[in-house]
Amino acid sequence: MAAELEFEKPIHELEKKIAELKSFMDEKDIDLTDEIKRLEEKLSRLENSTYSEMKPWDRVQIARHAERPTTLDYINYLFTDFIELHGDRLFGDDEAIVGGVAFYKDLPVTVIGHQRGKDTKENLRRNFGMPHPEGYRKALRLMKQAEKFNRPIICFIDTKGAFPGKAAEERGQSEAIARNLVEMAGLTVPVICVVIGEGGSGGALALGVGNYVHMLENSTYSVISPEGAAAILWKDASLAKKAAESMRITAPDLKELGIIDEIIEEVKGGAHKDAKRQAELMDEVLETSLDALLSMSQEELINQRYEKYKKIGQFGFVNDSIVVK
Amino acid sequence: MIKGLFVKKKKYATIPTGKVKQDVPEGIMTKCPECKHIMVTKELRKNLLVCQGCQYHYSMSSQERIASLIDEGTFSEYDANMISENPLEFPDYLEKLESDRKKTKINEAVVTGKGQINGMDVTLAVMDSRFRMGSMGSVVGEKITRAIEKAIENQTPFIIFTASGGARMQEGVLSLMQMAKTSVALKRLSDKGLLFISVMTHPTTGGVSASFASVGDYNFAEPRALIGFAGRRIIEQTIRQELPEDFQTAEFLLKHGQLDGVIHRSDMKKTLGTLLKIHTEGRLKHGGRTRI
Repeated sequence: MAAELEFEKPIHELEKKIAELKSFMDEKDIDLTDEIKRLEEKLSRLENSTYSEMKPWDRVQIARHAERPTTLDYINYLFTDFIELHGDRLFGDDEAIVGGVAFYKDLPVTVIGHQRGKDTKENLRRNFGMPHPEGYRKALRLMKQAEKFNRPIICFIDTKGAFPGKAAEERGQSEAIARNLVEMAGLTVPVICVVIGEGGSGGALALGVGNYVHMLENSTYSVISPEGAAAILWKDASLAKKAAESMRITAPDLKELGIIDEIIEEVKGGAHKDAKRQAELMDEVLETSLDALLSMSQEELINQRYEKYKKIGQFGFVNDSIVVK
Repeated sequence: MIKGLFVKKKKYATIPTGKVKQDVPEGIMTKCPECKHIMVTKELRKNLLVCQGCQYHYSMSSQERIASLIDEGTFSEYDANMISENPLEFPDYLEKLESDRKKTKINEAVVTGKGQINGMDVTLAVMDSRFRMGSMGSVVGEKITRAIEKAIENQTPFIIFTASGGARMQEGVLSLMQMAKTSVALKRLSDKGLLFISVMTHPTTGGVSASFASVGDYNFAEPRALIGFAGRRIIEQTIRQELPEDFQTAEFLLKHGQLDGVIHRSDMKKTLGTLLKIHTEGRLKHGGRTRI
C-alpha cells in the first residue's frame, strides 16, 4: 500500500467509508445501494477536483513518493536488451546514476538516468540518487560513446541534487557538472531529457542539456529544494510549502516559463499508481520526439540546442545606462 | 611568513561570504581583517587591494578589476543598460536590485566588454560580488552569453573573472538555466578554436562554480579564494564531520588537481598577457591555427 499523502486524505477517508458501508450492507442485508452510489459519485468528483487542481506542494509530495517509478522502471518498460555499463574509467562506479545501451523499439539508443533506491538498503548503495563526480563522468563517457556510434541519447532526471560532500568537492563536483553542460551542448546525436521525479538544481541539469526537455506532470525542476529556498529566504526550512508555491517549480510553471517542451500526462493520482500505464504515456511523447529529431542533421541538432537555451531568461533595458569608467 | 599565511587561513576559510560587503576599504586608513596590519587606503589601492602584511586579497569591484587588467582607455562596455526583471514576482526583489544599483554604480552583477591586455584584444566579463553577492540570474547569464558571442564574432579570446554565490534564488529555475545557456555558448566558442580563460576570485560557488567558471582552457584562482559547489555548512550537516581548515580554498583546489594555478593579483596581468601572447603568436605563425 502506498504511503498516504496528506492532500489525498479526504479521498482515502471517503473510500474507507464506502468500503465500510458495503461490508455493512452485506452483513446486515440492508439495501444501501443509493447511499453508496451517492458516495461513489462524490468520490469521483472529489478525485477529479483534487487531482485536477493539485497545488505545487502536492506535486512535490508525489514527485518524492517512495514508490514513484525510477529510471530502471522506465528502462524496463520502454526498452529491450538493456545492458548496463559501469564506471567512469577514472575513479569508480557511481550507482546514483545508471546508464547503458538498449533498443527503443528497433532503434539502438543510449539511456542514462539518476537512480534512487526503492528501499533503505538500495538507497544507501545508490546514495539516494545523489551523484558524485564519477557519476557525471560515467554519464559523459556513455554520451560520447553514443555520439561515436551515432545513437540517440535519452536521459531520465530524478535527483534531489548532486551530493554535497567532502569527497565530491575534492574530486571536482563543480567541474564534473560544468563539463557535462558544455559537452552535452555539442553532441551530434539527438538528446531527449525527461524529468521523472525531482529535478534538483545543477545535479539535475548535468543530465539535462537536450534537444527536448520534457517533464512528467507531477515532477519538479528547481534551482534549489523548497526546504533550501525557505531556509535561505526566510531562515526557516519549515516554510518549504510556501517556497514551493513561490519558486515556480512544477511542470506547468516550467512550460509557462518557456523552459520545457512537453508536459507528459500522469495517471490519475500520480505515476506510482500505475507504472506500466505511465510508461505507455511517456512512450507516446518519446516516439514523437525521436521522430522529429532523427530527421535533423548533426549541425541542426547542435544549433537547435543552442537556440533553445539561448532564449531562456527574462530581462529589460534602461535608457540611462551607467557606464563603468 | 609562509607559516603565518597558514595560521591565518583558518579564519579565512570560515568567513561567511556576507563579510565581503564590509571588505572594500573606505576610510583614510584600513586595517586588514586578517592580520590587523594597518595601511593607508591610498597605498592599499595602489597595491591592487592586497595587504602588504599578509598578502590578503581584498574583494575588488568590477571597475577596479577592469582598471587593473585592461590597457588604459581601451575598454568599451557591452549591454551596460540591461537590467533584471522580476519573473517570479518575488517580494522586495526589485527594491534590492535598485539599492544594489545605487550602491555599486553598475546595473547588474557582471560587467562585460572588450578591451586590450598588453595591446592584445580580449573580450572580458567581470563579476561583482557587491551586487546581489554576484549571483547569476537572467541578466548575468544573458550578458555573459552575449559577450561570448561577441568574442566569436570578433575572433578574440574570452576571459572571465568570477565572483558569485551561485544562482540567484529570486529568479528560480530561470537562474539554473543560465548555466546551460552560457555552456552552449562556451561550446561554440571552443569549437571555433578560441581561447577561454577562467579566473576564480572570492567567492565562486554553486551554479557559477558548476558552469563556466570550471571549464576554461585554463582555470586559475586568486590566493585563498573560496571555491566550491556546495556550502561548507551544508556539507558539515550532511557528512557530520569537521572539514579541513583549507577546505574549498584555491589552494585546496590546486592540491586536488582542479586548478592550473593560483595567481597573486600583482602577477595577474603579466600571466594573462603571456598566455595571450602564446596563443596570439601561435595563431599568426601557424596560419590562423593554435595547433600545428
